Amino acid sequence: MSDALTQTNKPDEKSLATEGSPQSGRAGGLLRSTLVRHVGLMLLALVGISLLLETVSPFRVSQLGELTYFIPAVAGLTVLTGLNGQISLGHGALMAVAAYTTSVLLDQESPLPFALIILIAVAITALVGALVGAAAARLHGPYLAGATLALAVGVPGLALYFEETLGGEQGLSVSPPRASPNFATFMADVTGESLSGQKFTAYLGWALSLLVLLLLSNLVVSRYGRTWRAVRDDEVAAELAGINLGRARVLAFVVSAACAGVGGVMIAIITRLTAPTTFTLVLSITLLVAIVIGGLGSLVGAIIGSLIVVFLRPFVTDLGAEGGLNAAQAANVAPLVFGIVLILVMLLAPRGLVGSVRFAYLTRQAARQAKAQR
Amino acid sequence: MQQQQVPPEGGAGSADRPGSTQLGTDSEPGSRRVETGSGGRASGGQRFEASGITVRFGGLTALNDVSLHVEQGEVLGVIGPNGAGKTTLFNVVCGFTKPNEGSLTWRGEPLVGLRPHKLAGLGIARTLQGVGLFAGLTVVENVMTGLHAHAKAGFLSALLALPKSDRDERVLKERAMAALDSVGAAGYAGRYPGSLPYPVQKRVALARALVLEPDLLLLDEPAGGVGHDDMDELGETIRHLSGRMAVMLVEHHMDLVMSVCDRITVLDFGKVIANGTPAEIRENPQVLAAYLGDEDDDSGLADADSSPQEA
Ligand SMILES: Nc1ncnc2c1ncn2[C@@H]1O[C@H](COP(=O)(O)OP(=O)(O)OP(=O)(O)O)[C@@H](O)[C@H]1O
Ligand SMILES: [Mg+2]
Repeated sequence: MSDALTQTNKPDEKSLATEGSPQSGRAGGLLRSTLVRHVGLMLLALVGISLLLETVSPFRVSQLGELTYFIPAVAGLTVLTGLNGQISLGHGALMAVAAYTTSVLLDQESPLPFALIILIAVAITALVGALVGAAAARLHGPYLAGATLALAVGVPGLALYFEETLGGEQGLSVSPPRASPNFATFMADVTGESLSGQKFTAYLGWALSLLVLLLLSNLVVSRYGRTWRAVRDDEVAAELAGINLGRARVLAFVVSAACAGVGGVMIAIITRLTAPTTFTLVLSITLLVAIVIGGLGSLVGAIIGSLIVVFLRPFVTDLGAEGGLNAAQAANVAPLVFGIVLILVMLLAPRGLVGSVRFAYLTRQAARQAKAQR
Repeated sequence: MQQQQVPPEGGAGSADRPGSTQLGTDSEPGSRRVETGSGGRASGGQRFEASGITVRFGGLTALNDVSLHVEQGEVLGVIGPNGAGKTTLFNVVCGFTKPNEGSLTWRGEPLVGLRPHKLAGLGIARTLQGVGLFAGLTVVENVMTGLHAHAKAGFLSALLALPKSDRDERVLKERAMAALDSVGAAGYAGRYPGSLPYPVQKRVALARALVLEPDLLLLDEPAGGVGHDDMDELGETIRHLSGRMAVMLVEHHMDLVMSVCDRITVLDFGKVIANGTPAEIRENPQVLAAYLGDEDDDSGLADADSSPQEA
């Protein structure tokens, strides 16, 4: 088994040999399966989160819930920006697409099953992502930022334009889905108390977040992740390797948009109100802050970045209020602090938190290897 | 085969050069080959031909009615002073630059509407002037990327990490390792290119081009920034490769060009000024004039030891 673990870092011909030999073990063979490894990790995470949700205060439960609309969107964005080199200021708007779809679909006389609503909302967001991605595939740097900025500004405007269906300035109030009786009884049996709506939402959000992380981590280690990074690093060489640049870029955008869609579904049912003010440019920028802090292209970094963003905001807002600011002023402290943190990270640890740790590790390893060769 | 309509050929284009290394003579240890993933591809028509290629950039004519051809088993050298149009010619062959006039033929069929990403599927590979490695990919991942056209597992199996995707990746990795082994860079598989010496990076770039087992290989200054020992090895590698594929070599190091090429086409200001065997080219007065006119005579056509000039 330890054999199989070391082998993942050391690609060589021996991998075939282990496969053939029966006693080197089931476990070793299983761990070599990407799916088994990733599902195992996610299940562990789910257990950890469940324990957390059952032991912390309702306020923390609400914060943990809030995390679940950041995590999928931030994870999707870090893949797009970090791995494929495309910047997007429009991911807040993509979240809005999903949030409005969810809100409208939930607001029916007899709404569709929630799972189906999620699928529809994510599919529509992915479709919008495909359109934006197709336009974006030809743009670079500031032009791409500009084009996606237009999306960020335009989409909330649509809500005002179609006031009848989308609620205009007031927005749409959302009645969040409730736990199925089976799940509620199960949870009540296990925990000894009835499942609050808020806690159910947090569970739902985490299940979705972990699912998104599972699928993304599968993609990242696959040929597609490699292709995205290749396109990011050298377009000419990537094309010569047989990669269709446009297709790779659009695919990254679609995947990323679908993730933002999951975040959008969650933001609708967590905030219970889908209004243009939720989806301002600040949301898009907050997502970018999270990926930069965590480290571009790292899924673990996406989680850490989301954590920092979610937990830092009330902290500094409180700090501002204590410092004698009124509520409106205090609310502006958070974006300011994000800006400062962003600048500090870019100056001190341009690879982000996870990237810096990884880089230090790789440097040490290379140094050791060089020494061994001497 | 095709009719010989290449103008300045002068009847000198004989491909059978005396020392033309064929499969028998190779004895390098590192010559274990990647298994050929392209069984029934060869059909005798592995001939590449460019005719009447003209490329204009605004007022500048980078290529002017250039014609050449190369077939399996031979190495065609393309030389000329800086800015002569060598890289532009490669860019035309690869579909990066659309020629204003002229046509390309590969395996007896015209290459029309060529897109660079289709090249790998056509059995054409190219190394870039410089290195052009992916900085954020490990060495083995770089080479695996070269197999993009051969990967079978689709998006869904990657998304769900189905066993098919794992298996596909394992096959790609094995082929990539074999290609790295063949250029003597297998020991660097897990490293990032930026941390490696320049000559090693060049070898990795070569492995990435070779991993697909191309039938036409375009090498743009493979010896740029490479030392003497490595250069000899490179020469052997190229000779060895020509047994299985057609090779077009752009290079400033004349000793390498002269020792490796079967024929040489000389470009100057976008025009073919000479065409012939290394011996003929060495004596061609027009070629000498072109190189002497080149103020910073870095070609080393006279003395074969030129230093690498690389931007
Ligand atoms: N995209 C382009 N737009 C305009 N001019 C170009 C372009 N590409 C090349 N040129 C010009 O065409 C000419 C030929 O350039 P090319 O790069 O093909 O030369 P080269 O023979 O490869 O030179 P070197 O030995 O320095 O690599 C040069 O004058 C160059 O400036
Ligand atoms: Mg050049």
